[in-house]
Amino acid sequence: MTATTSTPGIQTQPQTRRRMSAAQRRDLRDGLLFTSPFIFGVLALWVGPMLYSVFLILHRWNMLAPPRFIGTGHFERMLNDPLVGKSLVNTAYYTFVGVPLQLVVAFALAVMLNQQIRGLSIYRTIYYLPSITPAVAFAVVWVQILNPEFGVLNEVLHWFGLGPINWLFEPAWAKPALIIMSLWLTGFQMIIFLAGLQGVPKELEEAAEIDGANAWRRFINVTIPIISPIIFFNMIIGIIGSFQVFTTVFIMTDGGPQNATLFMVLYIYRNAFELFRMGYAASLAWILFLIIMIFTGIQFFFANRWVYYEGRL
Amino acid sequence: MIALGLTFLMPLAWVVSTSLKLPGQVFITPIEWIPTEPKWDNYFEVFRRLPFHLFIRNSFFVSIMGTIGMVLSSLTVAYGLSRLRWPGRDFVFTVLLATMMLPAVVTMIPVFIIFKEINWVGTFYPLWVPAWFGAAFYIFLMRQYMLTLPLELDEAAKIDGASNFRILWQVIAPLCGPAVATITIFAFLQHYNAFMEPLIYISKSEMYTLPLGLLWFKGRFGNFWHLVMAASMITILPVIIIFFFAQRQFVQGAQFTGLAGR
Repeated sequence: MTATTSTPGIQTQPQTRRRMSAAQRRDLRDGLLFTSPFIFGVLALWVGPMLYSVFLILHRWNMLAPPRFIGTGHFERMLNDPLVGKSLVNTAYYTFVGVPLQLVVAFALAVMLNQQIRGLSIYRTIYYLPSITPAVAFAVVWVQILNPEFGVLNEVLHWFGLGPINWLFEPAWAKPALIIMSLWLTGFQMIIFLAGLQGVPKELEEAAEIDGANAWRRFINVTIPIISPIIFFNMIIGIIGSFQVFTTVFIMTDGGPQNATLFMVLYIYRNAFELFRMGYAASLAWILFLIIMIFTGIQFFFANRWVYYEGRL
Repeated sequence: MIALGLTFLMPLAWVVSTSLKLPGQVFITPIEWIPTEPKWDNYFEVFRRLPFHLFIRNSFFVSIMGTIGMVLSSLTVAYGLSRLRWPGRDFVFTVLLATMMLPAVVTMIPVFIIFKEINWVGTFYPLWVPAWFGAAFYIFLMRQYMLTLPLELDEAAKIDGASNFRILWQVIAPLCGPAVATITIFAFLQHYNAFMEPLIYISKSEMYTLPLGLLWFKGRFGNFWHLVMAASMITILPVIIIFFFAQRQFVQGAQFTGLAGR
């Protein structure tokens, strides 16, 4: 199989092979050249840092004194750190209550916008805009909306004879308050759903209609399966993002009241950039990383039970 | 439908109306949505209290540099992944898909230490240089778009003796307008809205980007809600303007993203 076999009868073949391989070499060279920014980026911003953080996990380091080896000391410390468990529970609450609600709201909005309504682009703008404005700007506003005395939310609740609720000042209500706010930020997911809904083939719906399926059955048995990959995509991205929520809590509650909104990334940030416990923070980051990977893996594992891909049996 | 739309619109409406009020009018109930005498001077007052013109300049500098890097790197890398056939390509593409799913939190601390080692902490570099190495999501978007262009284009150019470099910039890139537009918008907003990176890397107040400047403003003048809201409005306004002019690209972007899910 080597190119150097020189039997006279097949002399032309090594030649063409050599010419081919010259072109292949050029393609390989160019392929590597064109993708080199990304390859370098992955090495410098992912692979390198991840290896480096293994070093950090094993050391105690405040960035002033030289790093000191402590082995698994950080993990033993985590077990005795009540804030680790607290922040994990808070993060899980925010994610597993928040993301399903976000998906439902985003999906409902998309279904509404998918009807033939007047002023579609205006509604699209209204629902989408919040998700692309800087977090600081709207967080400041939401602190006011959730204000127990003059906030609009309590005023609305008052009309229905409810409240007043001490939203951000009461441990039991602070996480629900943040989840309510996150529903207002689902514009991006909504627009992805909308694009998916608009891609549902009309023939399929018509065929189902001819077969006597009513609107609800068409929705459940035709629309949902067709866009299930998009639901899956939004779910994966939503859970990964939700586990890493930071900006809104940092600005609005800074973990309070009584650590009720102390989420993992906020706690990691505090350890790293306020207390300069680089090793401990890196260890916490790895724990969160593994948790997210496990949940992403679980979702992929169950995906083939409910996600329908066209062209796959 | 209208009620729901108004509910979603309310926070923004509150910002606009409060930013035009006198201090005493802010907390009057029932809320006066349209101030009788709009006080435009609140906006000038924001600039007099803190150097918002610097924050705007910094934000735009970082966002523009990051966006240019993101567009160029997406075009280049996506070309290598979609128009060239070479061993290892599928591996690189798999790595690309994997990084899309990796939570960035795990690299936050080591990357900070690396940037500190090369004396980049306290500069704008950590905020925009990474974009020049490309981000998986944008490269993926661009690759999907390039796959829809016929391969005959490249072949014809190759017969004319054009190098891959020329094919990319003279044949393929000009046809990628919609994808470039989408990436431009998303990358710009991503850098413009970025909060954690400036928070970690920028310490001097004259180098603050708008989100940091706004947070600083709120910290110092938090009781002056009419001014805080005017400052918020200054921060939000560019986004609204961009959205107004580029609605089509946003929707298109979502459609591309929808494709990503398939």
